[in-house]
Amino acid sequence: MKKIQILGTGCAKCQKLAAVAEDAAKALGLSYELEKVTDLNRIMGFGVMSTPALVVDGTVKVAGKVPTLDDTKKLLC
Amino acid sequence: MKPVVTAISPTVGRPEVGSLGYLAGGLVAAVVWWLIYAQLADLARWLTHGALGLKAGTHLAGAVEFFIYETPKVLMLLTLVVFGVGIVRSLFTPERTRQILAGRRESVGNVLGALLGIVTPFCSCSAVPLFIGFVTTGVPLGVTFSFLIAAPMVNEVALVLLFGLFGWKVAALYLGPGLLIAITAGWILGRLRLERHVEDWVYATKTGPAMAEETLDWPARVRLGIEAVRDIVGRVWVYVFLGIAVGAGIHGYVPENFMASIMGKGAWWSVPLAVVIGVPMYSNAAGIIPIVQALLGKGAALGTVLAFMMSVIALSLPEAIILRKVLKPRLIATFFGIVAAGIMLVGFLFNAVL
Repeated sequence: MKKIQILGTGCAKCQKLAAVAEDAAKALGLSYELEKVTDLNRIMGFGVMSTPALVVDGTVKVAGKVPTLDDTKKLLC
Repeated sequence: MKPVVTAISPTVGRPEVGSLGYLAGGLVAAVVWWLIYAQLADLARWLTHGALGLKAGTHLAGAVEFFIYETPKVLMLLTLVVFGVGIVRSLFTPERTRQILAGRRESVGNVLGALLGIVTPFCSCSAVPLFIGFVTTGVPLGVTFSFLIAAPMVNEVALVLLFGLFGWKVAALYLGPGLLIAITAGWILGRLRLERHVEDWVYATKTGPAMAEETLDWPARVRLGIEAVRDIVGRVWVYVFLGIAVGAGIHGYVPENFMASIMGKGAWWSVPLAVVIGVPMYSNAAGIIPIVQALLGKGAALGTVLAFMMSVIALSLPEAIILRKVLKPRLIATFFGIVAAGIMLVGFLFNAVL
């Protein structure tokens, strides 16, 4: 079970990242749990200053941009 | 697995071949770019007067030629700039900038903050996490403001477009005062000791350790540049079209020196008015510059136009609303007030000197 978290305060890019992450996880056939973290205190707790950010199982994988579907797949593995 | 490893090792030179390929591709692209760019003026003239058969000297012909010439020109310049900036920005990250700025004394910190504000990738939607990340890890409030003011104010797209359309003097006139305002306003805001006007919870936030930096090779940076082009040009081309259409209208139909009475040097009130009108207007730098160009051509004073442009780009209501999450109203008002005053000062100064 992968724990995927999307950090962001709800901007357009955050929605895009959530969609890409979901597509990638589905394409890989992963069993996953996706959570959108919008609380600033928790976002800052990850040490992330540029949103959106992708967190997989507690580690920050990407911050400040939306990766491509292929890159996201690699990050989820 | 061992045989696989040895099978790969003879091709260790691969990434270099990749870099060479990128270099060759880049050179070819640059030559093609230049060949097309150099023909644009002739092409526009031919299309307007030859293909469309418009009579030279009419309002319509002036507007149409302006539009046909400027649209591809601005879009091509924009592509080039955004690509270059995308590569430069891959060298800077908000995390690295924070490390450079943390614990800096004011003055030096303000200068560094303003300079880094230009090159650090930053979108207004992450202004809040960035603000918190900066102030909770030892970047002084005033230095943070220098960064936050310079980031939108000295827009690299605007800078290069000004350079391309008006030459280096106007570009320098934009860069210098923009930096100066960011440095001075940040310094003043730092002196005013406004920390208590930051929302209380901000300083209580625990900012986690920064994530590990990934190191990029050059092909990866080139890909980032291409991605930036796709992202930014894909987003702003509408503004560019609209801006050039408005510019074309002004260019073709507004009489020569019409702007001199409203936006000329004689009208002192035009500078504050330009700033006030600029705040609720929220346009992209790439869209505003064709308008600027057309206004200047009709006798508007450079200081007034510059103030208008800076106000549109640097002071925006959406940004104020975003920052309201972390700043109390008085601090936001002070912030806007000082930056607006700086912009007006620049406007008056240029109108007086030039």
